[in-house]
Amino acid sequence: MSIEVKNLTYIYSEGLPHEQVAVDDVSFEIGDESVLGIMGHTGSGKSTLVQHLNGLIKPKSGQVIVDGEDITAGRADMSRIRKNVGLVFQYPEYQLFEETCYLDVAFGPKNMGCDEEETQRRVKEAIGLVGLDYEEIKDKSPFDLSGGQKRRIAMAGVIAMKPKILILDEPTAGLDPEAKRGILQLVRDVHEHEKNIIVMISHNMTDVACMCDKVIVMDRGRKLMDGTPSEIFAHRKELESIGLSVPPALELIQKLRERGIDISEDAFTAMEAADVICEVLK
Amino acid sequence: MLRDITLGQYYPGESLVHKLDARIKIIATVAFIAAVFIVDNFYGFVIIMAALAAVIGISKVPLKFILRGLKPVFVIILFTFVLNLFMIRGEVLWSLGFLHITKQGLHTAVFLAIRLIFLIIGSSMLTLTTRPISLTDGIEKLLNPLKRFKVPAHELAMMMTIALRFIPTLMEETDKIMKAQQARGADFESGNLMRRIKALIPILVPLFISAFRIASDLAMAMEARCYRGDHGRTRMNAMKIQKRDIAAVALTLFFLAATVAERIVF
Repeated sequence: MSIEVKNLTYIYSEGLPHEQVAVDDVSFEIGDESVLGIMGHTGSGKSTLVQHLNGLIKPKSGQVIVDGEDITAGRADMSRIRKNVGLVFQYPEYQLFEETCYLDVAFGPKNMGCDEEETQRRVKEAIGLVGLDYEEIKDKSPFDLSGGQKRRIAMAGVIAMKPKILILDEPTAGLDPEAKRGILQLVRDVHEHEKNIIVMISHNMTDVACMCDKVIVMDRGRKLMDGTPSEIFAHRKELESIGLSVPPALELIQKLRERGIDISEDAFTAMEAADVICEVLK
Repeated sequence: MLRDITLGQYYPGESLVHKLDARIKIIATVAFIAAVFIVDNFYGFVIIMAALAAVIGISKVPLKFILRGLKPVFVIILFTFVLNLFMIRGEVLWSLGFLHITKQGLHTAVFLAIRLIFLIIGSSMLTLTTRPISLTDGIEKLLNPLKRFKVPAHELAMMMTIALRFIPTLMEETDKIMKAQQARGADFESGNLMRRIKALIPILVPLFISAFRIASDLAMAMEARCYRGDHGRTRMNAMKIQKRDIAAVALTLFFLAATVAERIVF
């Protein structure tokens, strides 16, 4: 399983006075079982870009090739594409609608044509994967849950479709640090369990650094750079010029290096930074 | 998709038409609508067409943009056209089985279609050249004399302002929810009527919840900024009648008189 994006361009409100190029000639590839991070300030075209990956938006020009099949072609089978590529929108809890959590999570599998037994198996597994108790929660109304739980149920709704590529648009937006950590751990668990490709949009540099194999940086619709987190964070000045930053722990290390201290740059979190600093002090 | 609807949209510009006082534009639009109904023959439409063309020309709103607004109401125009074409009795021009096209039918069908198109284009010129906020301010001012009869002019205007303000927000919300449910395999386009209506539930439930959430947030935000209705409220941009507004009134009256005269003469 792989995704290849070639020269993708998309224009909003084309031909109207307020037309705007949202995605401008973007190309990249994602390999099997990898985790891709997409970073960029608000309005840089990240969300528009990922909506192309499961055919929700048709590009103005360019191609999206999922597993060898061009999904931008007119004859592409949309239901199969959406089975393979799951997309969790930003604030997914606002899309819950069913009477019980079970029915809401079952919406996707049922649309895919799973029978009762298979649906139940998947719902049970997905609710377990997002860290909730199936027996306790299945008959509850999703509107009675807490914010964090709602988000987990909404994510379970996509995970239950067992997509080979799971896209998450800012999964931790608007959550407290505790819930944030929980959601990231959940994403890691799902990745481990399903062996799928994860594409994650995030503003949080530390999350991107710790989770992703590869990162794309978007700026005003264009791909500014791509590479491993270490490669990206080496360009601190450039990131800062477009309103992004490097993880605070790494920034400390980089500033120490600028002062001529020979220290390993292999630290994204506070704990790792503490370790490499101890290493130097020894 | 949803965002491509241009009927009732504002087209930003700096033209003379844009700058006119909203109250004057509302009155002129009412006069225009009256004129469209006063006219009862095709010669009259020439006057109306000339006036409309002049307004469109001065406003600098592209004709393509205006005509795009006709798209959603095209079905209604077509429906009235066909209905009139076949339903009116008179001198038969063409017939097939029980269907007859008469001379009178053809005349009425074309006449009403043109009337409808003029009405829509004329009233959309008001919304195209007036910011929604100025529009509701204008309506409030025009309704002010009715306050004496306990007509809640300010509240009506505020409700309209809020409704207009949140159309794009709710459109965006609908678009997002639709996409999210499509991503979960929802299908809105196939199946019989019953299935299609059922397919709307996953959109409508979250949409209503969002609408209530937005409404309660807005009410809270308004109260936090000490909103208490019309009582003692002043405006940052007070509306003042300018020379150009007086000229516009004069031209409107002249136009109205011309259509009346045309009806009497022909």
